[in-house]
Amino acid sequence: MGETKIIESIKGLSKEEYLLKGHIACAGCGATIALRLLFKALGNRVIMVIPACCSSVIPGPYPYTSFAVPVQNIIFESTGATASGVVAALRKRGINDVTVVGWAGDGGTFDIGIQALSGAAERGTDFIYICYDNEAYGNTGVQRSGATPYGAWTTTTPTGKKERKKDMPFIMAAHKIPYIATACPSYPIDFIRKLRKAREIKGTRFIHLLAPCPTGWRYDASKTVQMGRLAVQTGMWVLFEIEYGRFKLNPPSDELIDKAKRRPLEEYLTLQGRFRRLGEEDIQKKQKWVDEDWERYRRYHQTMCLI
Amino acid sequence: MAQTVIDTANHIAAYAAKAARVQVIAAYPITPQTSIVERIAELVESGEFDAEYIRVESEHSAMAACIGAAAAGARTFTATAAHGLVLMHEPMHWASGSRLPIVMPVANRALGPGWNIWADSTDSMSQRDTGWIQFYCADNQEVFDTIIQAYKLCENERILLPAMVCLEAFILTHTYMPVKIPDQEKIDDFLPHYKPNWILDVSNPLSHGNILSPEWYMEFRYMMQESMENAKQLIPEIDKEYSKHFGFEHGGLVDKYKCDDADLILLTVGTIGSEAKVAVDNLRREGLKIGSARIRVFRPFPKEEIRKLAENAQMFAVIDRGISFGMEGFIAEETKASLCSQNDRPLIAGFIAGLGGRDVTFKTIEKIAKKSAEWMQRGRIEKETVWVDLKE
Ligand SMILES: Cc1ncc(C[n+]2csc(CCOP(=O)(O)OP(=O)(O)O)c2C)c(N)n1
Ligand SMILES: [Mg+2]
Repeated sequence: MGETKIIESIKGLSKEEYLLKGHIACAGCGATIALRLLFKALGNRVIMVIPACCSSVIPGPYPYTSFAVPVQNIIFESTGATASGVVAALRKRGINDVTVVGWAGDGGTFDIGIQALSGAAERGTDFIYICYDNEAYGNTGVQRSGATPYGAWTTTTPTGKKERKKDMPFIMAAHKIPYIATACPSYPIDFIRKLRKAREIKGTRFIHLLAPCPTGWRYDASKTVQMGRLAVQTGMWVLFEIEYGRFKLNPPSDELIDKAKRRPLEEYLTLQGRFRRLGEEDIQKKQKWVDEDWERYRRYHQTMCLI
Repeated sequence: MAQTVIDTANHIAAYAAKAARVQVIAAYPITPQTSIVERIAELVESGEFDAEYIRVESEHSAMAACIGAAAAGARTFTATAAHGLVLMHEPMHWASGSRLPIVMPVANRALGPGWNIWADSTDSMSQRDTGWIQFYCADNQEVFDTIIQAYKLCENERILLPAMVCLEAFILTHTYMPVKIPDQEKIDDFLPHYKPNWILDVSNPLSHGNILSPEWYMEFRYMMQESMENAKQLIPEIDKEYSKHFGFEHGGLVDKYKCDDADLILLTVGTIGSEAKVAVDNLRREGLKIGSARIRVFRPFPKEEIRKLAENAQMFAVIDRGISFGMEGFIAEETKASLCSQNDRPLIAGFIAGLGGRDVTFKTIEKIAKKSAEWMQRGRIEKETVWVDLKE
């Protein structure tokens, strides 16, 4: 605890590592970069609740683990519920300096786990829920999820997904929880600031983190950070916070309200094998959706809209 | 002074949770369990019962929350029935595999379709392979005592498994009976605070339930089986110890009634066991050497006790208020499996009775016993499984 100060650069981060050597994530795994940052931001007074997902494999098999914090692994759909149990037990036992963190994939959040998450949020469960979104079921071999974007190849959408992605942060906003943020490990200072802010708030805090996945998105493993930056620079992924209902764009997304400042979506799409089948028409359609979303973000941001 | 209350088994279950000083409850309502969780809500909100109460959005989440709470070091309770129970199937496996001593009353109720809220034990008996200990009660006093005993048992480090305490829909859940509730200090002596060895603790970070390869998985499952075997020894011991403290004893694994010289033994579960005692007394007056053995614990299955009973009996009449489709009644199956390695086996006939809450009175049982006695005399059963009072 105590590290609530806002850091200016990653040089200001703690040297402690709670993500230890020997983990078995894919090279270039965005979620694993984010986990390392998470542990650095929150320190080791956290209890993690992790459902079936890539992150239940990444620590490595029994009797080893590469996570130096307590972890409750749990069934796929139950992160919100199990975290509720942990929070209740800690409160009953008078422990109030430990942060409970649910860390689930997009499948475990958008799809099978949405009920337990919604219930936990509605009950105001005092925890941070982080959805690391690699836009598919990574663990089981890249099948589509409710977070897979339109047109993306997955193993269950071999000709590209025909439906759009759910708007998860706004689903959570409808729960009227005190803090919602988006993040991306390509912007570590922003992510860390949001984690530390979330830690100081009581109630359910939801962070939606874009976690580029070279294995599922079909790009070179060395390009994960670049991929996250491109997602933000094209406006495909938007960094924002909704604090007590008030919407605010965060840097660098706040500079991108003017469409001219956003890079064309095509730059992001063409670097990824999963979008290889997209035709010109599809790309234009996706660009139009991004622009429409931005019109909404602009309105929320400029009016400091209470959602 | 111990207090006598006259109340339903559901309310008694709520009082037992309070008396056990449960710390976290996570529950979701379903008929006929509702008045357990409603009474707990009243007790918690009035401040009489100092516990965290999570009003989850489903039974699946109830069990998942119990797992989190127990893993984080709290004595944990939930209760359910029928559809709620089978919805918990997956987290129930996770709870037992995590070696968490969660205690859960189950108000035995039929599964649909069609919707039926009445007594049937197919709901819990179909969960027999989830690694949960299963108790079945015959009256409200036993519900109270068994919940206390279950925590004592489950938290023992030779066990560390969760347990269901089953009570039949309406026949127990909503029926008023007098129950003696012992003094809180005496219960505290019998059941000390929950002190788990392995909990989620930032000063000793452990990973609970991570990847378990073929190199280790079997050993963990073997340990669960060992604990089940240990429970066969500990359950009667705890029942005896409880009776020394509080006066009530419920028969350990099997509640036996006039079995010593019996040629014909009725094997039953739950309240059918209470009715069976009446039938036994009536038929003994007619000269039939009959006894009743009520299976109090279905998992671990008391096969050694069944074998002992089989030594002197000529016939078992097994009454099941449940059905394993494609085979037969659960108790009939397990009884036969327990005896197949024995040389001298009694005749065994299975009777399916009372599904979906149809009444099974002592008269029904007398009919079953008379038919069985007839077959016993002839030395041959006519039917392996009889559906009692079935409309043609
Ligand atoms: C009830 C249930 N259904 C299916 C699975 C198989 N399964 C395990 S992880 C997973 C996908 C996880 O996807 P996501 O939540 O996006 O996390 P990721 O693997 O991408 O990190 C699936 C389908 C399971 N473990 N449990
Ligand atoms: Mg995923």
